Amino acid sequence: MGVEELVASLGDNVLTTTLGKVIGWGRGNSVWPAQFGLACCAIEMIAVATARLDIGRFGSEAMRASPRQADLMIVSGRVSQKMAPILRTVYDQMPEPKWVISMGACASTGGVFNNYALLQGVDKIVPVDVYIPGCPPRPEDLLNALMILQERIKARGIVTQS
Amino acid sequence: MIESPGVTVTRTGEQGAFGGELLTVNFGPHHPSTHGVLRLIVDLDGEQIKRVQPVIGYLHTGIEKQMEALRWQQGVVVTDRHDYLSPPINNLAYALAVEKLMGVEVPPRAQVLRVIMSELTRLSSHLVWMGTSGLELGAMSMLMYCFREREQIMDLNEEISGFRMHTSYIRPGGVFADSTPRFLEMLDKFVREMPGHIDEYEDLLTMNPIWRARTIGIGRLPAEDAKVLGATGPMLRGSGVAWDLRKSMPYSGYEDYDFEVAVSNDCDCYGRYLVRIKEMREAVKILRQALDRLPDGPVNVDDRKMLPPPREELETSMEAVIHHFKLFTEGYTVPAGDAYVAVESGRGENGCYIVSDGTHKPRRVKFRSASFVNLQALERMALNHMVADMIAIIGTADTVLGDVDR
Ligand code: SF4
Repeated sequence: MGVEELVASLGDNVLTTTLGKVIGWGRGNSVWPAQFGLACCAIEMIAVATARLDIGRFGSEAMRASPRQADLMIVSGRVSQKMAPILRTVYDQMPEPKWVISMGACASTGGVFNNYALLQGVDKIVPVDVYIPGCPPRPEDLLNALMILQERIKARGIVTQS
Repeated sequence: MIESPGVTVTRTGEQGAFGGELLTVNFGPHHPSTHGVLRLIVDLDGEQIKRVQPVIGYLHTGIEKQMEALRWQQGVVVTDRHDYLSPPINNLAYALAVEKLMGVEVPPRAQVLRVIMSELTRLSSHLVWMGTSGLELGAMSMLMYCFREREQIMDLNEEISGFRMHTSYIRPGGVFADSTPRFLEMLDKFVREMPGHIDEYEDLLTMNPIWRARTIGIGRLPAEDAKVLGATGPMLRGSGVAWDLRKSMPYSGYEDYDFEVAVSNDCDCYGRYLVRIKEMREAVKILRQALDRLPDGPVNVDDRKMLPPPREELETSMEAVIHHFKLFTEGYTVPAGDAYVAVESGRGENGCYIVSDGTHKPRRVKFRSASFVNLQALERMALNHMVADMIAIIGTADTVLGDVDR
């Protein structure tokens, strides 16, 4: 088939775009979260995967048990001083590009627990992309955060390092 | 900073029964099936479990210490968050303890509302347990079914308290607010439909060959051991001991309800599953009775020194404004002394011990959490089982790590 014939056979079915947009589109619509539940917020995180809210609509229903397969860490709950190094280990085990959602007041700031036991904000040990307020946030809030993140990923395209 | 656990398999040098060497394997704390951040150090002979040592504290939140810094009425908020699958039951234990020290008796309507919230919570807690345990043993659809009904309970919570999970609904002196007519309608519908849903769960699990193969005979805990280890709740009743605080040490008017204590003599994971199913049916029964008998009247004690005056009064009475101001700036005082109250949560005896020195803040608050004590039985249940059964056994203990570590 010559080039003219190829072009003729494609007709109008051609889209031109940039590589960055395609990659951003692909990445943004298949964010796989690591299965990493910590405290109360984790229950709402489970709720988001079930029938009523169905995170699968946004391409993120594949909660991966291994951080090696995950793109997104949802820090769902309070992080104690003892858990902090483990959380960082899990984060380090995730391949680039990766994102972090800090779910709930505890993960974001320590929440109602301003004391010796808790890390006062998970952003002290990992870079956070989206913070969700609430204690626990509604599952809808988590979906909203995911959508905000998706928009960012799509806009970022091929560039992953901030 | 504490180091990350690191190496996950080490050799012990001990000789096993199968000609091999015992290996120490690290399990968790980030493991998809440990119901939170439980870490176990397991010694394995081949695939057989020889020793289990839980390492806890990965979710230590300092809740008890935190409460010493909060006023009595602020403490309620924190009690929600230790056993996060049964917030109103935690509230109830704390509220009853404070009321015991203050010598306060809440009005009948509040009593019934408290029972309603406790039973709804028991249901939602068992639903979460069943959904996640099913998921771990390969019955993925259980999670979908169970969370469908849990969402309804969340809607009920939201309707009555304005919040889905951590309701802080039960407070010393009564409850947060009266029930709305819509709440009662929704609850009535829920109570009518729930037995059908429980049948549905049973269809999926009770005779399911995989579920039976993975739970029958697994995690045996004879009654004697259960008692010695201090197990309570379904862990104890699954071993044939009919001990339920709602019957044996009634509170909040539970003595007036007609319900049975769920018991199973199987002593294994399957038996505990049956106990939880039965408890869900009984909870629905209690809810029906509570709905039918809900009396009219106030839902809070009429004590301006303890609870704020109603909004209307603030506009006309100077005294009410002063009470309001005093309550929200320094709170109320509780007479010096100590009190222990235990209530039955979905996991067992949920106790609250408070010490007051007569000021606006507690001197000490201690929670006797069921999960923490039940966790002790883990080794007894897991001994000589295959490592794959560990998943079923952790699931059956139904520990909430927030409750273990506090
Ligand atoms: S933010 Fe609230 S719900 Fe979430 S982990 Fe903290 S205390 Fe629990």
